[in-house]
Amino acid sequence: MIPASFDYIKADSAEAAVAALGEHGDDAKVLAGGHSLIPMMRLRLAVPEVLVDVSTASDLRGVTDAGDHLVIGAATTHDEVVHDDLVRTHCGVLSHVAETIGDPQVRHRGTIGGGLAHGDSAGDLPATAVALDATMVIHGPGGEREVAAADFFVDYLETAVGADELLVAIKVPKLDGSWSWNYQKFGRVAQAWAIVGALALVNSNGSISEARVGLTHMGVGPVRASATEAALSGASTDAIPQAIEDAAASAADGTEPPSDLNADADFRRHLARVLTRRALEAAVAN
Amino acid sequence: MTTTENPTPAQQAASDQGELNVGRTRLRKEDARLVTGRTNFTDDIRLPGMVHMALVRSPMAHATINSVDLSGALEMPGVIAAYSGADVADMAGGLPCAWPVTEDMVTPEHKVLAVDEAAYVGDGVAAVIATTQAQAVDAAERVLVDYGQLPAVVDMKTAIEDGADLAHSDLDSNSSFVWPFAMGDIDDAFDNAAHVVEREFINQRLIPMAMEPRSVVVAPMGVSGELTIWSATQVPHILRLMLALTAGVNEAQLRVIAPDVGGGFGSKLNVYAEEVLALVLAQKLGRPIKWTETRSEGFQATIHGRDQIQRISLALDDDGRIRGLKVDLLANMGAYLQLVTPGVPLLGAFMYPAIYKMDAYDFTCRGVFTNKTPTDAYRGAGRPEATFAIERIVTEAAHELGMDPMEFRKRNWITHEEFPYEMIAGLTYDSGNYEAATAKAMEMFDYDGRRAEQAARRDAGDHKELGIGISTFTEMCGLAPSRVLGSLSYGAGGWEYAAIRMLPTGKAEVITGTTPHGQGHVTAWSQIASDALGIPFEDIEVRHGDTSVAHKGMDTYGSRSLVVGGYAVVEACNKVVEKAKWVAAHLLEADEDDIEFSGGTFQVAGAPEQSTTMQDIALATFAAHDYPEGMEPSLDSDATIDPENFSFPHGTHLALVEVDTETGKVELLDYVSVDDIGKVVNPQIVEGQVHGGLAQGIAQALYEGVVYDDAGNLQTGTLVDYYTPGTPDLPNFRTDRTETPATTNPLGVKGVGEAGTIASTPAVMNAVIDALRPRGVNEVLMPASPRNVWTALQTAAANGSAGSGDVQAADTTADDAGADGAQADNAGQAQHAAGDLDSTDSTNNGGAA
Repeated sequence: MIPASFDYIKADSAEAAVAALGEHGDDAKVLAGGHSLIPMMRLRLAVPEVLVDVSTASDLRGVTDAGDHLVIGAATTHDEVVHDDLVRTHCGVLSHVAETIGDPQVRHRGTIGGGLAHGDSAGDLPATAVALDATMVIHGPGGEREVAAADFFVDYLETAVGADELLVAIKVPKLDGSWSWNYQKFGRVAQAWAIVGALALVNSNGSISEARVGLTHMGVGPVRASATEAALSGASTDAIPQAIEDAAASAADGTEPPSDLNADADFRRHLARVLTRRALEAAVAN
Repeated sequence: MTTTENPTPAQQAASDQGELNVGRTRLRKEDARLVTGRTNFTDDIRLPGMVHMALVRSPMAHATINSVDLSGALEMPGVIAAYSGADVADMAGGLPCAWPVTEDMVTPEHKVLAVDEAAYVGDGVAAVIATTQAQAVDAAERVLVDYGQLPAVVDMKTAIEDGADLAHSDLDSNSSFVWPFAMGDIDDAFDNAAHVVEREFINQRLIPMAMEPRSVVVAPMGVSGELTIWSATQVPHILRLMLALTAGVNEAQLRVIAPDVGGGFGSKLNVYAEEVLALVLAQKLGRPIKWTETRSEGFQATIHGRDQIQRISLALDDDGRIRGLKVDLLANMGAYLQLVTPGVPLLGAFMYPAIYKMDAYDFTCRGVFTNKTPTDAYRGAGRPEATFAIERIVTEAAHELGMDPMEFRKRNWITHEEFPYEMIAGLTYDSGNYEAATAKAMEMFDYDGRRAEQAARRDAGDHKELGIGISTFTEMCGLAPSRVLGSLSYGAGGWEYAAIRMLPTGKAEVITGTTPHGQGHVTAWSQIASDALGIPFEDIEVRHGDTSVAHKGMDTYGSRSLVVGGYAVVEACNKVVEKAKWVAAHLLEADEDDIEFSGGTFQVAGAPEQSTTMQDIALATFAAHDYPEGMEPSLDSDATIDPENFSFPHGTHLALVEVDTETGKVELLDYVSVDDIGKVVNPQIVEGQVHGGLAQGIAQALYEGVVYDDAGNLQTGTLVDYYTPGTPDLPNFRTDRTETPATTNPLGVKGVGEAGTIASTPAVMNAVIDALRPRGVNEVLMPASPRNVWTALQTAAANGSAGSGDVQAADTTADDAGADGAQADNAGQAQHAAGDLDSTDSTNNGGAA
């Protein structure tokens, strides 16, 4: 519970952070809210030689309106995402999900970029990002590049962010009034990770024109319940309840969920189906 | 939340005018300091020249220690010394077990560091001393230990089979002791019973999880040879004695201080290797040494609780009267016997009959060694396990007989006219009124209304089932009459000590041998002494937790402090008043028999103008210019009280749960507790104890459970994997009390530290099973996690569709079963369930549709 010794660099800007990462490469880790990294360091599961602290880099923080999308700085805290007017107005689903992360203390320190760059499929943000078709803005030695959320989560705790790169912002689309959503987070205690989570995003005007479902903790990375999404698309108003029930039955198709003390893979698949149905039902009821 | 209202300043001022302190809420004297962080926990202590200790712990459950290479550690910065188990083997004796429950009990040698063989994951194998804690931890990583893996004993039932692998290579078996206890003619009761109900329950292993980790600082006091030990302990007095015996130090040269201690729940009722190591190494190095546990270490190396497999059967008459009770326990000792490890299940032995009358009782407990962390006392210590099993099986019996579970209890419990009542287990319950507590709880809960709501939901086919759970519990507190402890072969008595020092200014110090670690003794003892001495609450300081201040005491555990320690405070105060009365008579030139004492004033009967106060007498006695002939010029007094009996709190707890049968999630919707803890000194402190106790008992039912894998690795080694609930996970408790005073102490108090924990686990589990009963589920492993509930439902559905009868739908696959033998047991559980009911008249035997 005492980390190994490490050097500490405070980066006041994205540029400074990238410079530090360029110098130290694999030996360095980015510190933002620290809610995943520091416990791993205390357990000595992570032993970085250098920490690059971006938590006070002002250019990494805050939400801006960019026309058809919002740009959210990677070091924006969960609590800021929960309460930000732009997010609440244009992408309320993100506030809705961020409010379920950890507890108030966690939300006041943990950041959206940290939650995504850690790449834990048990986290709530990765499934949200893929369901939103968000875009990740990554800054490296050669400047900025953009990666779609669907391509961002590479493997278990591994993302597209290179050792000398920094996730600087997340672009999320503005959702108009025809969208509704619900996140079903299922865990043991209030502040625990989800055993399974299901996020439903539904675009309907009477009938369903588009449905998206992101699943938490159902694989090495976040997954979309694509069979469910396809089955729901075009469902007419009076057919929606039955369509949801039918579509949710295929929510776990193609997933390879992990087994742990809380659930084996079969129970996870079952939970994914139940939670997807509930999320869809709650979303269309909104 | 039904917390007691804080008095307003005006109310407080009004009530301070002559009203008694005992029986009303006084805000805790402790809290302003604690909640503003002005604390003095052991880890806060920093001494000049102090160095730090870190331990190297076995990563294997069972292994030979072939070699320990300290050289890498010794080269690290700041390292002062490093020791293997062999290096320190001769510095101290084995760690003590104070409770040899049988003459032939097998006790594995428990050195402060393992020498030849490590017996659980977390067993200490080397110690490193360095200038800073970080340096010590870094250096400990450089100690190279060559382990030879041995088979790990992890399952209790396997452990006691012939030819089983051994938890310790040098023992002949994994059995520590067999402790039988029998009253009445058990064969007659069972042979002539109309029904026999039998179950096997798994009372899973738990981690006590005190907020403050363990910590110890030892300071050698130079040439005098004296040693001061600060420890995060519940038992400074016991620790002093045991350290003297273990380390071979003159007891008179040891001073043990328990400064602020942040919770214990039994986990700090022990003598730990680190305390002995810090002592002998501080002596050897001549420097103060500090060791503070990390949370991860605490999971492995601080005692665990519970972990029993309970086979229990009831013999019943046709009308539901209990004739006999059989209990056959396997109790997991873990790898070693700690201070009271073997005694814990025996405390439960007296509690299985609970509040029920019966003709015969038969109890057997086998203590079993496994390669796991040692178990020991954890909030309730044996009594929660017993209460869980009896409250579960009476509920099952009612179900099998087609009776309402409360009606079944009423038919069998002791009625209030029958007190004092000599129980089948030999205890005499002095007082109680189960009818009154139950009536109040049923009304608060709206029992009939809830039953109707439950039925309506079922009729509507709701996938969220409601369940109602009952626990009509009792327990034994006030540990303990010394002669009883003697008869149970415990190594000490159960008396308690208190002293009053009257200061010249009329203020007083209360010295207590009890050791608060969060309970609020300073406030409660002030209330008691204020009333008894007739001086203001604010004028009293309570001194505790330092063996050179309270030179003797039996410390704090087993809900004993108020019942025994509070009693001692009353007696010591009474002696002060007697002496003061003598002085008053002398100064007022009256006959001592004519002096009346009330509210701090001594006056001559019938002559109110002739009076004096406790304060004046304290000053006069200090000055000693004029005091009665034959009297020593001192009001100071002390008392050592040995209780004549235990006390027996009881209560009725009712739980309402909602079980989501699609996901297995249990939500506790409502919880009503009506406790009878006798007289109450401070209602707000009682409320706090009940709330915390409920949380801990509910945690066993729904959230917590230690899991080891087949190799003996702890799988729930952090708070991410071990689900200790927080406020958001618990409902607003609705609490109330009834009051039948204890007859065995002058305060009429019974103890409240463990009541909530003991009562709530079966209340919640009975509710979970009540919810699922129509779906063919009669058992769910604890904790009733989504996975365990889901598995029970799946098993019941499978068995139901196969057309079998009442199904013991226990979990056969979940790994968060917690206790030993979960998987092995369940097949047997289903098997014997089919034969449980000897009669054919059960109407509720339908299984799932």
